[in-house]
Amino acid sequence: MRRRSQWILWAASLAVYAFLYVPLAVVVIFSFNDSMLNAEWVGFTLAWYEKLLGDGEMLRAAGNSVAIALLSSSVATVLGAMAGIAMHRYRMPWLPLLVLTPVAMPEILLGVSLLLFFRQVLDLTLGFFSILVAHITFSIGFVAVIVRARLAGMDEGVFEAARDLGATPWMTFRRVTLPLILPALVAGFLMSFTLSIDDFVITFFVAGVGVTTLPLQIYSMIKVAVTPEVNAVSTLLMALTLTMVLVATRLAPDVMRRGR
Amino acid sequence: MALLEIREVTRRFGGLAAVDRVSLAIEAGEFFTLLGPSGCGKTTLLRMIAGFDEPDEGELFLDGKSLSGIAPEKRPVHTVFQSYALFPHMTVAGNIAFPLEMANRPREEIARRVRETLALVHLDEKGQAYPHELSGGQKQRVALARGLVNKPRLLLLDEPLGALDAKLREEMQVELINLQRDVGVTFVFVTHAQQEALALSHRIAVMNMGRVEQLDTPDRLYTAPSSRFVADFIGKINLIEVEVIDASHGHLGLRAAALGEFAAEPVPGVKAGERGALALRPELVRVTERLESVDLRNRFTGRVKELLYLGDVTLYKVQLDGGFVIEALLTNAAPGRARLFKAGDSVTVAWRHDAGVFLRG
Repeated sequence: MRRRSQWILWAASLAVYAFLYVPLAVVVIFSFNDSMLNAEWVGFTLAWYEKLLGDGEMLRAAGNSVAIALLSSSVATVLGAMAGIAMHRYRMPWLPLLVLTPVAMPEILLGVSLLLFFRQVLDLTLGFFSILVAHITFSIGFVAVIVRARLAGMDEGVFEAARDLGATPWMTFRRVTLPLILPALVAGFLMSFTLSIDDFVITFFVAGVGVTTLPLQIYSMIKVAVTPEVNAVSTLLMALTLTMVLVATRLAPDVMRRGR
Repeated sequence: MALLEIREVTRRFGGLAAVDRVSLAIEAGEFFTLLGPSGCGKTTLLRMIAGFDEPDEGELFLDGKSLSGIAPEKRPVHTVFQSYALFPHMTVAGNIAFPLEMANRPREEIARRVRETLALVHLDEKGQAYPHELSGGQKQRVALARGLVNKPRLLLLDEPLGALDAKLREEMQVELINLQRDVGVTFVFVTHAQQEALALSHRIAVMNMGRVEQLDTPDRLYTAPSSRFVADFIGKINLIEVEVIDASHGHLGLRAAALGEFAAEPVPGVKAGERGALALRPELVRVTERLESVDLRNRFTGRVKELLYLGDVTLYKVQLDGGFVIEALLTNAAPGRARLFKAGDSVTVAWRHDAGVFLRG
């Protein structure tokens, strides 16, 4: 009886994992397939990657994506940390509402309203800057939540202890608060980065005509056909995201251990 | 001049006075304790000394200088927090070096003083350990070392032994006494544990509802409480409601409804007809088998209602014939003489007329 239920559990887990990872595996495998069609395996090739490297438009889009992701997650980490600390310190009920609403807001709504704001209110030329600001906007809330969660699990006394032992508010932040929330900052940065690099909906609205990002570029390519080149670029994107996750998990235990 | 003077300090939270016109002076070198139940204002007072809170009225003076508007980091006052509040991302040595670094001491001096202070609290080997690798008692010592290393004028201790188990607590009490004597820093200790306060302090301010009820040495507080609250809060005590029937014969003649008449030491100014309570420590109440064996005038017969055997002593609750239930603490030190009574035994209880303290009101 027990053996049977265990078997069912195993099968269920396997099915779920297959559901999650088989499509990804297919993309990776076919990016090395020596055929224009994503139908059957013909032979191994790196031709699609070579083609990718020669594709100026694609490279520019990738460059934009990485630059926007790095910049937006850096700014969002700083602003989100400030918001997280404020939410923790000043228990004003409206503050979390203010900070976290963009997180809960449907992306399409955020996209439309940002577009209206940039065009109608600011009369801004859409492009790199508007995408950057949009990405910062939706990332702040995520960082803030992570930082607040980190602070909530902490002994409140350490901040008072620092002041008590002669540290100015600034020194207290530098020597105590900052090191203690560092794991949250790392996690928040990586989260913002991945959110930014694969964002489609909001970027679609605020990108304008001149500047494009990787997800937008992929989308415009598959409007014609899902070519192996799309598989190749997706594989690279996956590799990048995976590296980020691995870096995060390798970094985190160290920071966590010292921060506990 | 007192080291710390608290003058008419009041602090209100939402109309309620947490600290209500408190005045007291703490002398240099003292081990001073603020004792009281939770909510009595002792922690609020401590936070005002540390600088985390400011009085609504009144003023605090350190070495004769007002502390008004002085930020916590600018006060030569350090605190040992109840939760220890050690910096989890710093080593033990890093924690202890922190106040010295904030004071911009030279590097060599910091290294030397950290070493000395680690030795002082017997943690020489633990300098490179992180707080989460330490036991409760060790954390406690680090917190003490961190508070003492920069030689504050005043060390505040907020229930620092609260998180320790009973045995460790007793050890730390002895260490605290020795440490305070050795470093000569003035300690202001906050606790709700009266036994701890008695064991550690030179002087104790007993606080209740924002006010200081009595400020005295431990033995004075124990033997001569000035109010029902203090009598009841410190140690075990029998409080007998009485009326004064005679104050003229070099003693007080008292009558208790549930007991009868008995005598007590005279109190200046107390006249016949006044009401009050007689506070009587259980260990001053004798319990014997027969009435005849007692030569004291204050003696009553009753039955043992219940008893608690505590090893070194036994606590008896004796229901007297008048109805009053009196507590008596008998030592079990002399096996030949001590007699263990059982519940239901008929006994005689008695006490010297100077054993109790008459409290007015």
